Amino acid sequence: MRSLKKIGLGIFLLGFVAWVGTLTMGQFTLTDAILKQELKPEHYELLRPALEPMIGRTYASPFGFGRDFNTAFGRINDDFKANQQWDSVIYDNYAFPVARAASAGVLTESTLLWFWLTFGLAILGALLYILPNLRQLPGIKNDHIYHRSMTSRGWLGISLGVFLIVFYVGLYFYPEYLVNWTLLVDPLSRALSGNPASQWFLYGFIYTLAIVVMGVRMLIKYRHSPYQMLRTGSVMFFQTSFAFIIPEVLVALNRPYYDFKNIWPLDYDFFFDWHLNTLLSNGTLGVFMLVWGIALAFIAVPILSYFYGKRWYCSWVCGCGGLAETLGDPYRQLSDKSLKAWKIERYLVHSVLVFAVVMTALVLYTYFTGQAKIGPVDSYSVRSVYGFWIGALFSGVVGTGFYPYMGNRVWCRFGCPLAAYIGLVQRFKSRFRITTNGGQCISCGNCSTYCEMGIDVRWYAQRGQDVVRASCVGCGICSSVCPRGVLNLENADPDSRVTVAPEVLFGNDMPKIK
Amino acid sequence: MKHIVILGNGIGGITTARHVRKLSQHRITVVSGETEHFFSRTALMYLYMGHMKYEHIKPYEDFFWAKNRIELRQAWVKSIDFEKKELHFAQSTSEPLGYDILVLATGSTPSYFEWPGQELPGVQGLYSYQDLERMETAAPRGTSRGVVVGGGLIGVEMAEMLLSRDIPVTLLVREKSYWGNVLPREESELVSRHIREHGVDLRFGAELAEIKPDASGQRVGSIKTTSGEEIAGPFVGLATGVRPNVDFLRGTSLEVDRGILVNKYLETNLPDVYALGDCAQHREPPAGRKPVEQIWYTGRIMGETLARTLCGTRTPYTPGVFYNSAKFFDIEYQTYGQVPARLDADTGTFYWEHPEGRIALRINFEKETGAVTGFNACGLRLRHEVCARWIEQQSTLSHVMQHLREAHFDPEFFRRHEPAIAAAFRAAHPAQASSLQGKRSWRERWFSF
Ligand SMILES: Cc1cc2nc3c(=O)[nH]c(=O)nc-3n(C[C@H](O)[C@H](O)[C@H](O)COP(=O)(O)OP(=O)(O)OC[C@H]3O[C@@H](n4cnc5c(N)ncnc54)[C@H](O)[C@@H]3O)c2cc1C
Ligand code: SF4
Ligand code: SF4
Repeated sequence: MRSLKKIGLGIFLLGFVAWVGTLTMGQFTLTDAILKQELKPEHYELLRPALEPMIGRTYASPFGFGRDFNTAFGRINDDFKANQQWDSVIYDNYAFPVARAASAGVLTESTLLWFWLTFGLAILGALLYILPNLRQLPGIKNDHIYHRSMTSRGWLGISLGVFLIVFYVGLYFYPEYLVNWTLLVDPLSRALSGNPASQWFLYGFIYTLAIVVMGVRMLIKYRHSPYQMLRTGSVMFFQTSFAFIIPEVLVALNRPYYDFKNIWPLDYDFFFDWHLNTLLSNGTLGVFMLVWGIALAFIAVPILSYFYGKRWYCSWVCGCGGLAETLGDPYRQLSDKSLKAWKIERYLVHSVLVFAVVMTALVLYTYFTGQAKIGPVDSYSVRSVYGFWIGALFSGVVGTGFYPYMGNRVWCRFGCPLAAYIGLVQRFKSRFRITTNGGQCISCGNCSTYCEMGIDVRWYAQRGQDVVRASCVGCGICSSVCPRGVLNLENADPDSRVTVAPEVLFGNDMPKIK
Repeated sequence: MKHIVILGNGIGGITTARHVRKLSQHRITVVSGETEHFFSRTALMYLYMGHMKYEHIKPYEDFFWAKNRIELRQAWVKSIDFEKKELHFAQSTSEPLGYDILVLATGSTPSYFEWPGQELPGVQGLYSYQDLERMETAAPRGTSRGVVVGGGLIGVEMAEMLLSRDIPVTLLVREKSYWGNVLPREESELVSRHIREHGVDLRFGAELAEIKPDASGQRVGSIKTTSGEEIAGPFVGLATGVRPNVDFLRGTSLEVDRGILVNKYLETNLPDVYALGDCAQHREPPAGRKPVEQIWYTGRIMGETLARTLCGTRTPYTPGVFYNSAKFFDIEYQTYGQVPARLDADTGTFYWEHPEGRIALRINFEKETGAVTGFNACGLRLRHEVCARWIEQQSTLSHVMQHLREAHFDPEFFRRHEPAIAAAFRAAHPAQASSLQGKRSWRERWFSF
């Protein structure tokens, strides 16, 4: 069993190293035809002279190619800016499509072979590493989590975090350097939507893969708990179908790309003019999508959260939650449980919610009135500030990159505006609560340690008070890891939630004073 | 305002301190030698197994104590001068600490039986934080075998700890079955099977005779049982029970038997001196209770009670229906009321076990009235309030069987066992047959199980 795991790990690492290695492969040759095809005609005229030295030259990796392209591109824009020719400044991102079109070599010739050598080996290795766990008896197996460098902020964990951060920065800001990875998934993208793979398709693919493979790990790890198995199956399903396949198929059918389970304000560009226009120009289906999205945000969220709490979304359906619960499961213990962290969390997450609402209001104002300026603020710059700081940096780079540092729910806890919104429903009007079983708590701390949302669950359990917290995503892990069966996720009349601790815990028969 | 000094920062001492603070403005000092802050002793095993770190098993953040004006002092007390009302510290440079009221909550200490060789390095019990640190170094990964002596809760915890580091374990149990003086035969067998399933070499009727050094003579090398068998192992865990940690109080004016003798108000024979938790021995224990009850919950309940008395309302110790819980590897165990290992003539029992043999429920009842007296649950979570209420109100077994669903505390979507339990009950007691009430879970409705 152990040797199988070792072999698995070896194969995984082989695939992983090969995958990273592919980044440096291939040849990149810029031709005039490519420029003509990828650039808008007016930009072609402007850029062509600056890119002249690159044309016909063959680069041995995307890095040299990307660097030269960006330098030339930046120089032109700098000139425009220096001459105050603001209208001429080029905002389009050409580096990625041009690099993709310019690429040639083994990855384009033997894509499938390399797909299997990278992703294939990694998947196989990961499964070989995971499946032998079936031979352990079912039950909570958290042995050595704090002994392992990977899961206790050791050098392996820190390295993984650095890798993830670099990956996200590349994905959001320098996709031209990741072009080889998109080539690997190009056949899949073409099969699904008919389009070449963008960096977002690559991201969606890796994301789904991570949820599915690590989901298998979750299913095995918690196979004694039907709650955990169903929940994990649910996020695997929603990610694969709703988030990954269906939107691509919609595109193949010439329909708008649409994730039916993404909800405003997490889906912060739902009310952006381009999105509304796309939906409204798509006939009945488009209108249905619009109504569906609005109904989800304003009807389904309050109603379902009233009945089941936040979990119906955050730990059963959501994509961010899905990644956190699968890929992020080995890191849940790293969330900060201190009172201070809770304070910061409340300020931060509710500020993001306010920001998202204000931003959306401004955007809609612009949409309906056609005016971008509201007083001194420009709704376009507000949305781009949101997109950059919250959409890219917070939810992506920090949200996932910080798994090995601050736990798997950094974004959900400190940043997600939808979580803040559902949290308000859960906290103030919901049937959901985590009940504590009489006086059975031994204050061991497993629940608090393994709560990914940084809730000090023990603080409630040891005083006999129900856990009623805006942030609880209902993952049920606290209940699973409790060695004394103290915690239970329950739905019942909202007024029956015990929100004030009893004077003394159950089990003591002395008369009450009050 | 009085100065209340509490000796011992375990659950007993700390609960007292917290509740005194809630109820009064007294000055509170907690003195303890083991660690600066209160930690959960019950969670020590998880540190060795790497589930948690020390900071996680501290139930309160470090700022809590200053904020609640609970002064902490980490020091060992060597003796107590009850005349002058002073604590004397082991470190001779420390000034004695005076008190107006003294609370003794000194806990337990592992009890050994004077086995030859028990002082050898590599031989230890598991009670204190220091024991855990010693075990970290004495039983690292790669240790060829750990021999654990004692068929109780700490024995099985030590076995689980060692196995987490792939150290083979031999568990010696003196009795004929695991925890046989507490668990009825079926539960004992169920747990034994599970322990063996995990690969523990579990031996019954095996008693330790002698601990022998290895070739170097510097540390333990093997043990010998009373039947003459020798088992090699460079680590020996002694989990043969605990006794009140009161030796340093013997020979003073304080009355001490096995533990510090207290009345139902937790008062000792000396004025202004109280004792609670593991170290206390009740002169008149509440009905059905033992004089010394070394468990977490009773320590806490005594603390809640004593705080009342210290703050002016003299309150007797009245624990409710007995309860306790444990976990044997993957099997959770809960007990409510009285479920003795051997039944007396007036008590009947109903036992159900899942065919897979990892889940079981036992309900004891008075034969004459049918009133339930105790519950044992293995691999099944029961609702504390409901079980306690049934016992307190002397609900009949057939009532309990009808309303069994109320006691369900397993997580959502778990397989519901009530129908199978009720069916087994109908088969065993046809005369009392009655149908199971309450809403069926969706799983039962849709998939009929
Ligand atoms: C490994 C293990 C697992 C357990 N699991 C469970 C369980 O699952 N359920 C359960 O109900 N119970 C369990 N118990 C028992 C439970 O932990 C004890 O009953 C409980 O902790 C006793 O609390 P206490 O406050 O009486 O004493 P303690 O927690 O022992 O605290 C006494 C403190 O006083 C200090 N002290 C003593 N003498 C002096 C002195 N002279 N000077 C200075 N300081 C002194 C000690 O250092 C110690 O810190 C377990 C015990 C152990 C060891
Ligand atoms: S409190 Fe429990 S259910 Fe809620 S997020 Fe934390 S671990 Fe999950
Ligand atoms: S895990 Fe269970 S016993 Fe441990 S502190 Fe939490 S509620 Fe209490």
